[in-house]
Amino acid sequence: MTQPDDHWLIRPTTIRWLWIIGYSVLAITVLLQLVIPVKGYFGIDGWFGFGALFGFLSCVLMVFGAKFIGKLLKRPDDYYDV
Amino acid sequence: MFEMFPPALALIGGALLTALISSRQLRAVVVIVAPLICLYLIWQVPDGVVVRGAFLGYPLELVEGGPVRRLFATIFAIMSATGAVFAFNHARRTELVAAQLYAAGAVGVSFAGDLLTLFVFWEIMALFSTVVVWCGGTESARAAGVRYAIMHLLGGVILKVGIEGLLVTTGSLDIRPLSAHDFSTWMILIGILINAAAPPLSSWLSDAYPTASPTGSVFLSAFTTKTAILALILLFPGESILVGVGLFMVFYGIIYALLENDIRRILAFSIVNQVGFMVVAVGIGTEMAINGASAHAFAHIIYKALLFMSAGVVVMRTGKHLCTDVGGLFRTMPVTMWCGVIGALAISSFPLTSGFTTKTLISQAAVGEGLTTVYFLLAAASAGVFLHAGIKFPWFVFFQKDSGLRPKDAPWNMRIAMIFFAFLCILIGVYPQLLYPLLPYAVDYHPYKPGKVLFYLQLLLFSGLAFFLLLPWMKRTLTISLDVDWLWRRGLPLLVKYVARVGKPPVSALRSRLQQGAGLLTATARHTMGHTGPLGRSWEIGTTALWIVLLLMVYVFAYYLF
Repeated sequence: MTQPDDHWLIRPTTIRWLWIIGYSVLAITVLLQLVIPVKGYFGIDGWFGFGALFGFLSCVLMVFGAKFIGKLLKRPDDYYDV
Repeated sequence: MFEMFPPALALIGGALLTALISSRQLRAVVVIVAPLICLYLIWQVPDGVVVRGAFLGYPLELVEGGPVRRLFATIFAIMSATGAVFAFNHARRTELVAAQLYAAGAVGVSFAGDLLTLFVFWEIMALFSTVVVWCGGTESARAAGVRYAIMHLLGGVILKVGIEGLLVTTGSLDIRPLSAHDFSTWMILIGILINAAAPPLSSWLSDAYPTASPTGSVFLSAFTTKTAILALILLFPGESILVGVGLFMVFYGIIYALLENDIRRILAFSIVNQVGFMVVAVGIGTEMAINGASAHAFAHIIYKALLFMSAGVVVMRTGKHLCTDVGGLFRTMPVTMWCGVIGALAISSFPLTSGFTTKTLISQAAVGEGLTTVYFLLAAASAGVFLHAGIKFPWFVFFQKDSGLRPKDAPWNMRIAMIFFAFLCILIGVYPQLLYPLLPYAVDYHPYKPGKVLFYLQLLLFSGLAFFLLLPWMKRTLTISLDVDWLWRRGLPLLVKYVARVGKPPVSALRSRLQQGAGLLTATARHTMGHTGPLGRSWEIGTTALWIVLLLMVYVFAYYLF
């Protein structure tokens, strides 16, 4: 290998900082709603933190939905070759 | 002869020159300049029918201008030129020629004023896109190309049946808004939807595109599905069934992309997903929705080609095409990584990228019509896009574990193409007012309202959180996911084998009966007609004469009676 594997981006300290920064940004985007009103077109979507909760839960649902469907549909990748 | 020069001819001419010129450098100039000439010609086409012709007594409108037609043709030409910059140094000559003719088909469809002209260019696209798939050069590309061709020829036949039916019932081949209410209009709708990769026939796309060459899949990502969207806009605006069809495509794309391990197949599934957004918009059918579908198609071609370029460079440089085989490439491929990330942000409609200024038009159109469920499903899907394409693609390719691979970054021409498209993604995101005036209807929409930006930031960033928290459940596996094409790739051969197995005893019994019967027949024949048999042996002349007299008497008697 041309480079030893100590790229600054993958050091544990960097990764810990990335998580801290990430969580702070998430908190800020929710808290900003105290200052900036989100227009609710259908009522519920204007609730505090609705976008955050809706995005997160949709993703959880889709990942586990995909997991379940995968149980039925997944095959070894040489399925059609043999 | 013509009031003006049909723009598609510039690309056809370019393709012929590319096929004939032997100098590599000159050929590179041709493949890049021909689409630019085409682009110039596109902007010379005024509104209305400008080039007419006739075929078997049917009047043809070979070139008809209009805002939405010009918009689609414009992005097809830009795509063709940028794709050529990306590809000219690495693609085979056959692929470059086929890609130009494929683009010519797309531009031809854009300006087709009647259904017959549309059909001809539609088939040109089917033909030469198949050649582009075959230029992948592998056995799997050959097989997927055959399946791809069969599907598109079938779709073409269905479309043609509908066109003929419409001609018989209405006497007109004009391209105008229709509604799917009888056999012919349904056939036309189904023929178009096959090219849009709508269910149940979506699998041709994810089957064929990833088997093409690293350059070929860039061209493939752009034209077929988006001409289908244009055809839907022209022929079936406001056809309400499209809302359901589109929503299905949106979630089908997400789920299959989440399950997928092949880098370019993830992107292929996300084409179906993005085209689903556009199909929903055409189904809603209001001016804002049609604007949304057109704008999103324009932005989508750019960021999707950018993603396929980024993935193509990875495949070309590493020779690997599975997420499980790559990772950690950010170290040595910064340009490819950054361009991939920008494309991924754009497809996720992150604020300040093109996707945000175009996809929110579609959501807003759903709001305008009071379609609550559609609106929330589209919002959930936006989160899902960030999940399956926005983070999954860059994460598994450029980050995750270190695969130990240290490939070189993209060659200079590929860098230029990628940086140009990445620039356009951000340009349209920051200055949507550059794109909005080109849309078919007047735009009164401001995407950057603080509340709206905040809503989407929450939605997307928390999807990102979900991705990283759920990573253990998203481990890539060495698998494929079954699709409807199982029916003819496995089901049909199994059925044939089954029939052969179950049918064998009765068939062989029947055969032995027949053989027995035949044996008996030949034995009897030999017995009666052999040279010792009653009919075969030689008789004396007198006996023969007696027989003749007898037969004659029977004949005369019969003649007298009847």
